[in-house]
Amino acid sequence: MKFKSVFDIIGPVMIGPSSSHTAGAARIGRVARDLFGRQPKWAKIHLYGSFAETYKGHSTDVAIIGGLLDYDTFDERIKTSFEEAEKLGMAFEFIPEVGNVDHPNTARIVVGDDRSEMSMMGISIGGGKIEITELNGFPLRLSGNHPAILVVHEDRSGCIANVSNCLYKYDINIGHMEVSRKEKGHMALMVIEVDQNVDKEVMDELRELPNITQVTRIAD
Amino acid sequence: MEYLFRNVRELVELAEKENKLISEIMIEQEILVTDRTREEIMKQMDRNLTVMEEAVEKGLKGVQSVSGLTGGDAVLLQEYMAKGNSLSGDLLLDAVSKAVATNEVNAAMGTICATPTAGSAGVVPGTLFAVKNKLNPTREQMIRFLFTSGAFGFVVANNASISGAAGGCQAEVGSAAAMAAAAIVEMAGGTPQQSSEAFAITMKNMLGLVCDPVAGLVEVPCVKRNAMGAANSVVAADMALAGVKSRIPCDEVIGAMFEIGQSMPSALRETAKGGLAATPTGKWLEAKIFGGAVVGSGR
Repeated sequence: MKFKSVFDIIGPVMIGPSSSHTAGAARIGRVARDLFGRQPKWAKIHLYGSFAETYKGHSTDVAIIGGLLDYDTFDERIKTSFEEAEKLGMAFEFIPEVGNVDHPNTARIVVGDDRSEMSMMGISIGGGKIEITELNGFPLRLSGNHPAILVVHEDRSGCIANVSNCLYKYDINIGHMEVSRKEKGHMALMVIEVDQNVDKEVMDELRELPNITQVTRIAD
Repeated sequence: MEYLFRNVRELVELAEKENKLISEIMIEQEILVTDRTREEIMKQMDRNLTVMEEAVEKGLKGVQSVSGLTGGDAVLLQEYMAKGNSLSGDLLLDAVSKAVATNEVNAAMGTICATPTAGSAGVVPGTLFAVKNKLNPTREQMIRFLFTSGAFGFVVANNASISGAAGGCQAEVGSAAAMAAAAIVEMAGGTPQQSSEAFAITMKNMLGLVCDPVAGLVEVPCVKRNAMGAANSVVAADMALAGVKSRIPCDEVIGAMFEIGQSMPSALRETAKGGLAATPTGKWLEAKIFGGAVVGSGR
């Protein structure tokens, strides 16, 4: 079940005009910000399908920037996010693409600063609900049925054991896990679907583990 | 994760077997799936109801969208009703005006609660606050109206779609209207099966509805589709309460909606390339609002 909660249907409370193109877009932007871990200095946003065709009318652009500034769907500041971004010195560019993608509401967000950059692909599947389908070129195959944790880490021995030990300590059961890397010894990604909701305390402990770059929760 | 129901048949059977309201089954499933208390869940829905109330109030005072395409129709309808000569009846027009009010606020980038989406956010509150004047529900019953709507919306979202880009307007206003019809039946004292009939009757009359927003804005024809969605749901609720049944079972109607959405051309799924968006006036409005080419950074 992609939609788990009644509040996926009756909700979210949001600034109009579109749940998929405004609220969902803001959420995609906010996950990108969360995964990046800090305020990016710049952002390039590629829009596909219906996003590319109608982003101005739906304020998709304003909403994604709002998300990148860490605003929630109901935050009034979404309306003036372009001005806010300028104040904070975040440069941004929107690039409508013509290529075909699997889902009509797709955005690829590339963000960065002088330290690093990150690329993420998100889709807005209706009613404000979103899925993250790709991170730094790694395809994410999340069922969406369970809460999930994404762990970006160095490809070193012990990383996976440390993470699973930490989850075991908090009695969190792993339902599904995938590990992938681009090149031996470089950046790798763990995608972990769990049965229980993961508290902030656990997330903080995971972040403190050696060779862990970034830890994020997705799919509520 | 365990779910109490995955389709309307299971939902209705469970409600009948345990002699419970559909809203109650939805609340119980929410407790089970999210591991939160009943109080927390009721409180969150109460907040959503408050957002809906405030949006209707704001819209009835009169709002205008940035583009200038929509706004002020909710006021016109209320003024017309006040004269006492309405042909379709006050409850129906009240529902229509309050659905319009909500969507006018949405188009003006105001705060709304998506039900199930923002573009279709008018129907459920519009009908709820109109039916309220006739049935005098308690606050809890009004909150339950939203859980009943949500239960049916949950089935549609998981078995078909609630996205205009994926399934056209039938997936958005169609779903919203059908959800509202089911909830009106429960509030009026109908059975779970009658809720399901009302849902099916409404959805059948929304099948094939395309998503063709002029200039890509959630305004034309979205606001008026919410109006007619609200009217459709009130009438379908009355039909179901009168004992009229749908020959095609609810879940099969939802299946048909999904299939129709799948075969709908992309021009008619929220790309603003076909339908009303592609009419001469639609094109002219688009050029007037955005001034031609859509390229570059920002607006």
